[in-house]
Amino acid sequence: MSEVVHNFTATIPTWSPYVTPVELASATSEQLAAMKVTPSNKGVSPYVLTLAHDPESLAVRSPLFNLIMYGKDGLSPAERELGALSASVVNRCIYCAAVHASRFISYSGRNNVVEEIFADERDATLEARQQALFNFATKLSTTPIEATAEDARALGEAGLSELEQLDLVLSAAIFGWANRLMHTLGEPLARSEAP
Amino acid sequence: MTTLIETIAGVRAASRLGQALNARAEILRLSEAAHDAVLLPREPGGLSHGLRAALAARMCRHVGDEALTAHYESYLAHASDLDLATLARPGGVCGDSLHDAMARHADLLTLSPREATRQDIAALKTVGVSEADIVRLSELAAFVNYQLRVLAGLRLLKEVEAR
Repeated sequence: MSEVVHNFTATIPTWSPYVTPVELASATSEQLAAMKVTPSNKGVSPYVLTLAHDPESLAVRSPLFNLIMYGKDGLSPAERELGALSASVVNRCIYCAAVHASRFISYSGRNNVVEEIFADERDATLEARQQALFNFATKLSTTPIEATAEDARALGEAGLSELEQLDLVLSAAIFGWANRLMHTLGEPLARSEAP
Repeated sequence: MTTLIETIAGVRAASRLGQALNARAEILRLSEAAHDAVLLPREPGGLSHGLRAALAARMCRHVGDEALTAHYESYLAHASDLDLATLARPGGVCGDSLHDAMARHADLLTLSPREATRQDIAALKTVGVSEADIVRLSELAAFVNYQLRVLAGLRLLKEVEAR
């Protein structure tokens, strides 16, 4: 029996749903179509099989997610991952935080940024540009929304163009969506050790 | 075609932010398609279009977005299930245990999703919400929170550019 992961980690856990996922064998043609357009095409994950209960939403959300996170130009891939990670820290989605911390590290090579965020969460101290991104994205993720015009102005002062600022809004916001699915519909489990 | 997010944000096309939005037109188009899939699905399951509009308005009120609240109130006004209107306000109940439980879950997902646990899903199952409807409800709450944050972010960027 795998243990539930309660602390932030860059080691990606598995994910186990609280509701019964759709079974591939009995999926409708609409569900099958919706499941094809997901970020990962290495088989269908329990997460996607769970979301297949609502194929209309899944069919639209997957391409939207991919465009926001992996679109060309604008905010760098690493900084989009930082936006995703910021939201995931506020919403305490351990699974999303692990995936996007690990992607941030592979894009940027900056383990220490992730260590600092996981240690101090919203009080993390980062270098200026990352701090501006992190502050804005975390404050956009809270309810009530805490982000102010001052936080937005800090993005421009840190050198982000309007397009980069927009991409940051979108990457934090799409994780306001993803976290509310992944963290609330299931739980992260530690991967079993290799024998 | 102008999307809901663009209409509410009211960003001038010639501004730098307007140009950035133009560069992200496909994202705005897909956001609009997501709105339609979540608010007006062809297969609504146990969440009627009216219930979806009521819960969306309720979540928008939690976050204090008057323009988006008005949008969902206009949907609710056209829905036939008027007994759900009380759910459009935070704290409001309608007396139907299924719908009231869904409203409480929408509150949780809006206000403090980090506190959500297995027990919250179990509570929905206990009152008889189907597993498919649990996923539909979660997508609704998650989408509206996405939309609220895109709009909040755009308003802030617009304000800074206007200074």
